[in-house]
Amino acid sequence: MNGPQTLFAKLWASHEVMRRDDGTSLLWVDRHLVHEGSHHAFAKLKSRGMPVAAPDLTFGVVDHYAPTRGSEIASDIRRMIDTLGHNARAHGIRLFDLRDPGQGIVHVIGPEQGLTLPGLLINCGDSHTSTHGAFGALAFGVGATEVAHILATQTIWQRRPRTMRMTINGALGPAVTAKDLALHWISTLGADGARGHAIEYAGTAIGAMSMEARLTLCNLSIEGGARLGLIAPDQLTFDYINGRTFAPKGADWERALEDWSVLVTDEGAAFDQEVTIDANDVAPTVTWGTSPEDALPITGRIPDPAEMSGAKAEQARASLDYMGLEPGMALDAIPIDQVFIGSCTNGRIEDLRMAASVLKGRRAKVPGLVSPGSAAVKKQAEAEGLAQVFTQAGLEWAQSGCSMCVGMNGDRVKPGDRCASSTNRNFKGRQGRGARTHLMSPAMVAAAAVSGHLADVRPLLEGRA
Amino acid sequence: MSGWTQINGRAVALPQANIDTDQLIPARFMSAPRADGYGGFLLHDIRQDDADHILNRYTNIDIVVTRRNFGSGSSREAAVYALVDFGIKAVFAPSFGDIFRSNAVNNGLLPAQLPEDDIEALIAVIGREDADATVDLSASTVQIAGQEFSFELDPVWRKKLVNGWDDIDLTTQHDDEIQAFRAARFAAHPWALPAS
Repeated sequence: MNGPQTLFAKLWASHEVMRRDDGTSLLWVDRHLVHEGSHHAFAKLKSRGMPVAAPDLTFGVVDHYAPTRGSEIASDIRRMIDTLGHNARAHGIRLFDLRDPGQGIVHVIGPEQGLTLPGLLINCGDSHTSTHGAFGALAFGVGATEVAHILATQTIWQRRPRTMRMTINGALGPAVTAKDLALHWISTLGADGARGHAIEYAGTAIGAMSMEARLTLCNLSIEGGARLGLIAPDQLTFDYINGRTFAPKGADWERALEDWSVLVTDEGAAFDQEVTIDANDVAPTVTWGTSPEDALPITGRIPDPAEMSGAKAEQARASLDYMGLEPGMALDAIPIDQVFIGSCTNGRIEDLRMAASVLKGRRAKVPGLVSPGSAAVKKQAEAEGLAQVFTQAGLEWAQSGCSMCVGMNGDRVKPGDRCASSTNRNFKGRQGRGARTHLMSPAMVAAAAVSGHLADVRPLLEGRA
Repeated sequence: MSGWTQINGRAVALPQANIDTDQLIPARFMSAPRADGYGGFLLHDIRQDDADHILNRYTNIDIVVTRRNFGSGSSREAAVYALVDFGIKAVFAPSFGDIFRSNAVNNGLLPAQLPEDDIEALIAVIGREDADATVDLSASTVQIAGQEFSFELDPVWRKKLVNGWDDIDLTTQHDDEIQAFRAARFAAHPWALPAS
């Protein structure tokens, strides 16, 4: 292949062990990340009496069930955590256990530990594995059978996805974040708009984004149905990685920089689909329904199902019924019961800084929980005084884990309660049975906290850093 | 896992779009061992809140017809376990979550795509009751309440469903190639190994 290639094509080719006549490729997996949910896969391996093929490339972390509030651990949760510990020890896998300083949400600690690098293929039994694509890695979530396959062979069979380039030019406005951009495109293209595609994010707005913002954007690729998200690595990427625990050192580092310099889409390479977005069009965005595609600028109103037709109208009616909302209501008039800041989408230090900049010197009108994305983020937030800002505002400062994004550890929203949340899914029952979730950026969550209702963060940040 | 080529059974319609895997199985059930059976967890909260739910009225169901983006969201394979353990062998929709589709095929569940118009026609003809249904994997056809449609199916997936194949068996036959690939990759790109 001598013609111009996409970044995706280069990454795919460099991991292809073999290709069957039917077009399916066997891909080499450079990093396999496992968590408590991987118990089904370890059980499959055990039933076949097979060892883990590459324990040196497999890393485990306690996150989905990690207790965050120091209360007693329920026995089924204890069992999930112990099972992972047992499996990790039995197979010689490095585990970031509960009290490990490297513990945190799998998609936060990958980059933090230098496990996530450009040019790697990274798999994890979690759909938000797309996060790691922000480093120019081929990273995608898989199911339990595939986790077992990777454990057994360090490879995965995949059909090559189609490619989509999403070019985002212009600049995001003040207090408009990668989260708003993601909700914006998902509401435009639909929650299955990028189905079957690998998205490469490009354009001036991406170049201007911090690594953490890029992680947020790639993280949410899956909510638009994409198989994975990708951003070509640049100097910012290299600077972020340099010196991290598992990152290459010395001669390996120099060699890596050389290899990584070609990880770009060549001029003239063709994509199956091209999408263009003007960053200037993006406003602080919130969801009103039960799919991430149900998103609108905070200045908008709840849509009226009567103005829609067929299945769409039915879907909107069901969403509003579940959410307890009326058509035509102004979004910034929706009262909330609580807030949550955290998750693999928005639980990093910049997210906490942004939320704290809104909360500083203010009191939250509703209760709320802040769970940092990792133990390292927690430590840094405490050192920077952010934790104090949260507690002085009346919010609870907790340990790191997936927490109230998925509710597996018992951190749940009560039935019928409405939560402004920096997480990734507003699905029915996601944060707890009957819970009503509104997705938004951490800054917007903070604005909702101090207002007691969904609110535009921009006026609240005027005159602040 | 045993394969299959034909189903002669009963179908119902779930006329919602975006039935995500969090709805298919709420997270709190996922610590249960598979051996206990996951069928009772299928759409648990939705079925419990609605006594009249189609899957409460009809429990002997093989085929589900539903709207777009079925199985989107979380990669939890437990969503497929819940469907399979309930007895469901095929789902027809205009689109599926990508990870869900792979998970389905790995557990003998057919995720078949049909154009939106065909799905709407089937939902209309099935209504709020169950209906006679036949699925033929080799012919790629589905017949429900007298309406017949052809669906597209990846030939690899057809082979896996028909034979009940497990990829691990297939892959270990290529162990030499995999080991050679590993050696060559880390020799050429030593940085790709985690630093110790």
